[in-house]
Formats: sequence, structure tokens, C-alpha cells
Amino acid sequence: MSASHALSRGARVVACVIRAVIGVPDYERYVAHLRLHHPDRVPLGRSEFTRQQMEARYSRPGSRCC
Amino acid sequence: MPKPLSAVIWAAVSLSGAGAIAWLALSRGETVSAAWLLVAAICTYAIAYRFYSKFLAARVFALEADRATPAVRLNDGRDFVPTNRWIVFGHHFAAIAGPGPLVGPTLAAQFGFLPGALWIIVGVALGGAVQDFVILAASTRRNGKSLGQMAKDEIGPVAGFTALVAVLGIMVVLISVLALVVVNALKSSPWGTVTIALTIPIAMLMGVYLRWIRPGRVLEASAIGIVLLLLSLYAGRWVAESPTLAPVFTLSGTTLALLIMGYGFAASVLPVWLLLAPRDYLSAFVKIGVVIALALGIIIVLPPLQMPAITRFVDGSGPVFAGKVFPFAFITIACGAISGFHALVASGTTPKLIERETDARIVGYGAMLMESLVAIMALIAACVLTPGVYFAINAPAGVIGTTAASAAQAVAGWGFAVTPAELESLAARVGEASLLSRTGGAPSLAVGMAHIFSSALGGTGGSAMALWYHFAIMFEALFILTTLDAGTRVGRFMLQDLGRHAWEPFGRVSWYPAVVLSSAVFVAMWGYFLYQGVTDPLGGINSLWPLFGISNQLLAAVALCVGTTVIIKMGRQRYAAVTLLPLAWLVTVTLTAGWMKIFSSDPKLGFLAHASMIAERLAAGALPAGARTIAEAQRMMFNDRLDAAVAGFFMLSMFVILVESAREWIAVVQGRKPVRSSEVPFEARPAAVGR
Repeated sequence: MSASHALSRGARVVACVIRAVIGVPDYERYVAHLRLHHPDRVPLGRSEFTRQQMEARYSRPGSRCC
Repeated sequence: MPKPLSAVIWAAVSLSGAGAIAWLALSRGETVSAAWLLVAAICTYAIAYRFYSKFLAARVFALEADRATPAVRLNDGRDFVPTNRWIVFGHHFAAIAGPGPLVGPTLAAQFGFLPGALWIIVGVALGGAVQDFVILAASTRRNGKSLGQMAKDEIGPVAGFTALVAVLGIMVVLISVLALVVVNALKSSPWGTVTIALTIPIAMLMGVYLRWIRPGRVLEASAIGIVLLLLSLYAGRWVAESPTLAPVFTLSGTTLALLIMGYGFAASVLPVWLLLAPRDYLSAFVKIGVVIALALGIIIVLPPLQMPAITRFVDGSGPVFAGKVFPFAFITIACGAISGFHALVASGTTPKLIERETDARIVGYGAMLMESLVAIMALIAACVLTPGVYFAINAPAGVIGTTAASAAQAVAGWGFAVTPAELESLAARVGEASLLSRTGGAPSLAVGMAHIFSSALGGTGGSAMALWYHFAIMFEALFILTTLDAGTRVGRFMLQDLGRHAWEPFGRVSWYPAVVLSSAVFVAMWGYFLYQGVTDPLGGINSLWPLFGISNQLLAAVALCVGTTVIIKMGRQRYAAVTLLPLAWLVTVTLTAGWMKIFSSDPKLGFLAHASMIAERLAAGALPAGARTIAEAQRMMFNDRLDAAVAGFFMLSMFVILVESAREWIAVVQGRKPVRSSEVPFEARPAAVGR
């Protein structure tokens, strides 16, 4: 693997970690999960998935603290 | 590591920690370097993590790395997702760290740095981190059940309902007091007001970008947002320097309070993607960035602590808030030492991400130690100010008057030297008209942070100090408004959930009239307390912050009661002291403080005594200080009695939970109820976990 490849891969990992830490809904992971474990189900679209995840996150105490 | 070497290292850590604490405690008369405080804190955290959290994980809960967690068993790719423990740690820390650990220690600095520092360091090791860990471990073993649900299942329906109502009450008090902190920071400050106001369109722009322009590109949108945020800092300065625009954005406390209520309402009814989510991302970046920057700044500068170890105000005569060091230091600092609110996070998203049970140790106990370190840093930032400056910023106008001369005189009367010229030049250096009586902690913390940042980067002269001050104000306000908007939305949902029992349509979460009505009701609830605080001649913080402390500690008591019940029902009652001890301490300080706030005969401290004082003045045909009309004086009396009732409600809730829990514990210990844990039975972890 070339240096630039390693670098771009590293950047992707860092971006992925940051997204997970700040709590961004991860659509790709959701689709990958369904493909692997429930190939018969049709995944939600990206915007519907994001909407549902955000609604859930901001409707219960405990997503944000003092 | 070979055993002897490890023993030597831990002995050295223990000695350094003990030495630093002794140095802090014995220093009298001369200034102490912040380095000692950092060493004392970090060594204690290291020992507490290495030994005590290991004991909790291995002996009390007997966590098993090969037991399948809910994230593994129920993996659905969206809510339950096995996640690397460092990511869960970061996620959990970002969720628990709010403005609380910044404000509480700043206010408690009126007692000197020592009482606050000791409570933060000892309280977290034996109380706060234990609570977070125990709730996280218990919830992880119960498929990620919420605190309210566990209170209901483990203790009983009465305890469950009390916990639910208490959480709603806490949200109201929490949001109002945090909003008051923002109002006091932005009052008569066009620079701060413009900067903070601009964060709202910036967030909406990010929301639109993420929805329509580049869906899902959160990091891109956040980078744009952060650049715009920094530009808004300069825009604020430009407005403040403009003779025509500056007066337009120089707002009074009451105007700001109404604007913040409008913002809270909008955040609750607008779609989440437009305002709440992008703000949350922005705030998370700024939060993590500033915490790291502050840590670096303190390490580079190692500032001397100008505040004495203990001030004369431990006797209860302090101007920042009334009451003696016991019990009031222990409720003023909640977040950072022990924060009941964390129990909601530890039983929310986090347990659904835990990949291995044993990760609960670093996530639950470890993240709380980090938050405690943030509280220590806030304490340091507040204590780098000279006491004269600190008290001039934090004492209400009713005590120090409204001019630099009267403030300097009042502060000198307490034995702290400061000249009117010093106060005026400091205000000019940070780009504000005045810093007097900017109660709430945010401005004095911002001055301290500006001092640390500009010293770290060489020199406190020029315009650097003013930019750093407003950067710090922006950071604190962004933080607080993110709690306020998300909290209002959550409060709206909770209100709808409770209200649907009375009138079914009120509970429909996607029926617009119900959404608007419930949002308006919830905003009115916290808005009333906010308005009361803004118009209070004693600054409002004096009455509202103790109520917040009491409510947060009540929630901690609920969490520790749930934790104790779980431990006893697991058949490990010989270890029940790990939660019973902090519980006993919390109940003692909270009930004592609550009792004093309601019944103390000192009108500065007791709500009822203050109300009677006003009544006596009115009966004598005079007006109390700060009231211009009889109606205003009567409203002040009503507010005092309302605050007393709220404190009484929290005390009663605590009492109910305690009695219900104790009955359950005794029944199990005496054998009238079986020792049966409600956790999900053991299931082995599959060898390889697919994603």
C-alpha cells in the first residue's frame, strides 16, 4: 500500500471516529448490517433513516447533560 | 509489568498525590501554583481508577468480558451497535460534559479553592464516578433500560413515578438557571450578544447544507460552521465598535430572557435537522477543542492561584451565594463531583454501544474522572483572578453598588484589595463596558480563561485578551444553549407523556397543536423562573443555583438508591456500602441545604424568612430594596414562597425514594423477598462478532 493510500485510509478512520463520538447517525453501517443479517429487508432511505435517528436522539432525557 | 516495579510506581503516584494535597491544605498566606492542584487531582484519579474502579468492576459487579452485551445480542445496526470502547468513552464524555462543571466550581470559589477542590476530587472518586459506573453496568445488564424504568422495576412503582416527576422538575430548574447564566453574560454586551445570536443562523445553514447540499457530510459542514463561528467573533467586535449598531444590540436582562425563551420554543417545534442536530455537532467540536486547549494552557502557564485556600466566607456571609461551606459547597458543585443527571446518560445511549461488559469501567468511571478534571480546570481558571476582581464580578449589585468606586470599596471592606481603576481597565481590556455584578460565573470564568490563553500565547496586552474573553463567552453560551434547546425539546416530550393521561390528544407527538401547546407550557415553566431570576435584585443565582444543586443531587440519590437495590438483589449486599456511603452523604447535605433554604431565619439564606422580611417592610409602609412598587414587592414574596415550595418538593421526593428503597432493601435482607437479580441471564459472547 502506498503512503498516500495509507494517509487517506487514516483520514477516513479518523473521520469515522469523530462522527461516532459526536453521535452522527451512521447510514452506511446500518445498510451494511441489514445486508449481512437481514438480506430480505429493504433498508430505509438515507434521509428517512437520519430523520428517525435524530428524532429518537432528541426526544429522551440522557442525550444531553448539564 | 513486573510486580515490584508496578508497586514502586503506584507508591510514587500515591506519595505525589498525598504530598500535593498536603501542600494545598497547609499553604497559608502565600500563593500556590495551579500545578499542585493538577497533581493532587490526577494522582487521586489514577489511584481511584486503578484500584477502586477495578474493585467495583471485578468484585461488586463481577463484570465478565465473555458475556454478551445488549449491543452484541440485539445488534440492529442503529441503536444497539457494538462499538470500540474508546469511541464509547468519547461519546459518553461528550454527552455528560456540559456547562455544569464550569459554573459550579466558579461559584464555589467564594469559599477559597480548597473546599471546592477537595469535594471535586474526593466526591468523584467515591461518589460521582461510582454512580455513573454502577448505573451503566446495571443498565448494560438489563438491555439498556432507562433510570426511570429501573427505579420502577427494582424499587417499585411509587419510586418510578417520583423519579419521573423529579426529572421533569430538574429539567425546569436546570434550564432556567443555565439560561440565567447566559443572560447575565450577555447583558449590556453587544459583542457577546451578536456573536451568540449569529450561532443560530450558522447552525441553520449547516442544517440546510446537510439536508440538501451535501447530505451526510457532517465533518465538512462542521468545518464551515467553525470558521463562521470564528468570523462571528469578529462580527461581534465590529458591531460593538459601531456607534450606530452597538446600542441596538445592547440589551437588557429582561429582553434577553424573552429572546432566549423564544429560542427554546423554536428549538422545540422546529425539525431537529434544522437547528438542534447541527448545533449539537458544532458544540461538541467546540467543547472538546476548548477542554483540550484549556488543559494545555494551564499546563503551559501553570498560573499561581490568587484566591486563598479558604476565605472568610466559609461562615456563610458570602456575596456570591448565601450559606456556610457545609452544606452549600456540596450542592453548589454538583457536576464535577457527583451529578445525578449523568445517570440518565449512563442508562440512555451508552449501554447500547458497550461491546464488552468490562468496558463499563473505562466508560462509566473513567469518563466521569475526565469531567471532574474539567471542573478542576474551571476552578483553576476562576482562582487565577485576584479575589478583589473575582468578587467584583460575582457579587450582585445589591451588595456592591453599581459603580467601580462603590464596588472597590465594598470588596475592600471584605479584606480584598482592588482599585476602581483596576476594575475599569480590566473591563476595557476585555472589551466590555463593565464587569461589575456579572453574576452566574460565566464572565469570571471567561476572564480567567482569557488570562490563561493570552498568557500561554505570550502577553495579555493588546486586543488578544478581548478576543479570548469573547471566545470564552461564546464557548460557554454555545454549551449552555445546546443544553437548553435539547432540554426544552425533551421536556416537551415528557410533559406530553404525562399530560396524555389527562387529555389524550395532548400526548400526540406529531399533532402540531399539541406540539405547540406543550412546548409553550414547558417554556413558560422554565421561563417563569428565568424571569424571576433576571428581575431579582440579588441577582437570581443566589436563589436558583442552590435549587439546581438540590435537584441534581436528588437525582443522584435516586441513582444511588437504584444502584444499592441492584447490588443487594444480586446477593452482594456485603458490598452495598459502595453506593450507600455516598448516598448517606448526599442525603445529609441535600436535606440540610434544602431545610436551610426553606426555614433559615436569616433572610439572605431562607426563602420564607426573606418573604416575611418583605411583608414586614410593606406593613411598615416601606418598600424592600430592589422593589419599585408594592406589586413588585408582592411578586418577590410570591417567588420566595414558590422557591420554598420547589425546594420542599425536591426534599419530599428524596424522602419518598429513600423510604421506598429502604423498605425494599430490608425485605430482601430479612428474606421476605427473594434475592433475585432482574438482569438478563448470562449468554456467552460469540467468538467473532459480525457488524
